[in-house]
Amino acid sequence: MEQAAPALERLLQPAPLEPLGHPDAGLEAAVGEEAEGAQDEEGPGDRTMTENNFWLKKIEISVSEAEKRTGRNAMNMQETYTAYLVETRSVEHNDGPSVLTDSLWRRYSEFELLRNYLLVYYPHIVVPPLPEKRAEFIWHKLSADNMDPDFVERRRIGLENFLLRVASHPILCRDRIFYLFLTQEGNWKEIVNETGFQLKRVADRLYGVYKVHGNYGRVFSEWSAIEKEMGDGLQSAGHHMDVYASSIDDILEDEEHYADQLKEYLFYAEALRAVCRKHELMQYDLEMAAQDLASKKQQCEELSTGTVRTFSLKGMTTKLFGQETPEQREARIKVLEEQISEGEQQLKSKNLEGREFVKNAWADIERFKEQKNRDLKEALISYAVMQISMCKKGIQVWTNAKECFSKM
Amino acid sequence: MDMNSLSPTMPTSPLSMINQVKFEDEPDLKDLFITVDDPESHVTTIETFITYRVATQTSRGEFDSSEFEVRRRYQDFLWLKGKLEEAHPTLIIPPLPEKFVVKGMVERFNDDFIETRRRALNKFLNRIADHPTLTFSEDFKVFLTAQAGELSSHKKQGPGLLSKVGQTVRAVALSMRGVRSRPEEFTEMNDFIETFSQKINLIDKISQRIYKEEREYFDEMKEYGPIHALWSESEEDLADMLGGVASCLDRCCQATERRLCGLSEALLPVVHEYVLYSEMLMGVMRRRDHIQAELESKAEALTYKKADTDLLTEEIGKLEDKVECANTALRADWERWKQNMRNDIKSAFADTAERNIHYYEQCLATWESFLTAQSDLYAKEPPEDKP
Repeated sequence: MEQAAPALERLLQPAPLEPLGHPDAGLEAAVGEEAEGAQDEEGPGDRTMTENNFWLKKIEISVSEAEKRTGRNAMNMQETYTAYLVETRSVEHNDGPSVLTDSLWRRYSEFELLRNYLLVYYPHIVVPPLPEKRAEFIWHKLSADNMDPDFVERRRIGLENFLLRVASHPILCRDRIFYLFLTQEGNWKEIVNETGFQLKRVADRLYGVYKVHGNYGRVFSEWSAIEKEMGDGLQSAGHHMDVYASSIDDILEDEEHYADQLKEYLFYAEALRAVCRKHELMQYDLEMAAQDLASKKQQCEELSTGTVRTFSLKGMTTKLFGQETPEQREARIKVLEEQISEGEQQLKSKNLEGREFVKNAWADIERFKEQKNRDLKEALISYAVMQISMCKKGIQVWTNAKECFSKM
Repeated sequence: MDMNSLSPTMPTSPLSMINQVKFEDEPDLKDLFITVDDPESHVTTIETFITYRVATQTSRGEFDSSEFEVRRRYQDFLWLKGKLEEAHPTLIIPPLPEKFVVKGMVERFNDDFIETRRRALNKFLNRIADHPTLTFSEDFKVFLTAQAGELSSHKKQGPGLLSKVGQTVRAVALSMRGVRSRPEEFTEMNDFIETFSQKINLIDKISQRIYKEEREYFDEMKEYGPIHALWSESEEDLADMLGGVASCLDRCCQATERRLCGLSEALLPVVHEYVLYSEMLMGVMRRRDHIQAELESKAEALTYKKADTDLLTEEIGKLEDKVECANTALRADWERWKQNMRNDIKSAFADTAERNIHYYEQCLATWESFLTAQSDLYAKEPPEDKP
């Protein structure tokens, strides 16, 4: 009686791993780099995640700090709340040093939102629990105080456990929204809401309302058997209830289209991030190359002028094993000069590459953004059209039903 | 024979009802108006209970005044129902709301429960007032007019405890014996009642379920508008459109809330009352059978006994009258009840349909005006090239 339409279930699955659209190879490559990596074992209660997730290296998650904050809520009223620092570290090798890859602040309501999202998208999985919302069981205090340090500490531990349990679940850990929760501070809320998981809940509810009306049909029909005067009226009214109940199936198909559009919006944010990462990597590369060039230039200068300011292996061996001949020195200077010239070329081309990348990526993002806006506009219009059609059908069915009831 | 059932001089014996079928109550002939309102909580050392104000306005001569106001608790209503059943065993007495709600209720006295009960009690008294026979019951009059002390002393009158116990014992004995030859019409009636009871119970469940689903839908929808509003804040191009969608959703949400109210005020109480009525009807059938069984057992006794036949014959004569009265009363009341039932069910569902139509019309208007606004906007913008 109350299952969601199978089509709806299928379509509103959690977002898959690949991004939407085909921006240039740069973007894809950037995201692709995330998708390669080692395969690791999962240990029970382990702090690390398993293979085939977004990280694909061992990671550690911790909720390390809690801080009081004041801000404005949705009603534009001042409020005080506690924010928790969520840190993610990746571990290159077992027992190796861990590198802090992400750290951001989250408040309790965001944890709740994450959990609600997981509950909707993974209805067959037991999603780990969150620590309690309010400090309800502090007996020795006169009132529940969410700022109480003991409470905050217990909650911090509870939140950390929650994240660790999600991370160690083979299916939940692969979820994009979870990944974004750990890595993207701003805009995360909007992204979750745009997955339309709220939409799915609303759609389920609406489905339920319509379908239960279908039961009237059967009972009215059975009842009409014993009624002489009301019989016909009941029978036809029952028929209209059946029509009403089945009308939801068509409506839900239209609703799926809207949900699709919302999902695609998700990828936009994802793509942006990938571009930034790629850009950072390129910058890093550039800096290394520039540094390398600078040091070579310096070596060259020292060799020519005879002063040794930079450390080099050659310099050391020279000291230990005696000076080199002028010919040897000339040879070395020549090699260095070649390398410097090469290095300068490379630096130039890397610089160019970098600028090209930024230009193209930016153009691509702009294009993507416009496309997204167009698509979303279209989706919103279709949503309105769908609502209108649903209302018209509803009016028709209930007008017919009303006539039947009046004639009874 | 006076055919105007509401005239105070009408004889109240069931025999006089033979040719009378009463359909709907004409409002201009009504001379007794009752309201039940103003629930108040009373706390004593022993118990906590609620009393309701029962206000009566009447132009009837047998009432000492034209306006009365008393406070009554549920127990008092129960008492009244019991007395009416006792006096008119085969009349269809209106049902009372349940004593307790079985499922899901932690607190006996939450506001919804009290309001639902209040409405049902109001209905109960008004149905009695509209009933051609019951409206003239003395117990009913006392209930409406007596102040607290008077009511308790009136309650203590009547057959004592012992005789009541005696009645019960006899009743059990007779019910085990069963009735031998029930007239065809009452068997048909019984079958109808059984089927009706099944169906109305189902409809009650369905309607409650629909209410629950719609309530949950409403709860989800409440979030939906604000989400879109929030989203629109982080957008530039789409901001207006999203804002428009958000306000449409809010308005639809309000319409949903009105629809919910309609269900809980118009449909659910009516259906539920008939669920209780169906239980009541089964009791009436049993009592009718019981009266007939009494007659049959005495008649049987006559065939065995040799002495005291005169006394027995006299008793049998009285019982035959009693059976005849009971059957007649029931027959008439049955027709009346069926007609009322059809009207009530018909109105309740027609009303619900009307509210649903209204709901969809409101939502339709909201979304259509949104679309119109959008297309006006597009008309002003230069055409875009699609890639």
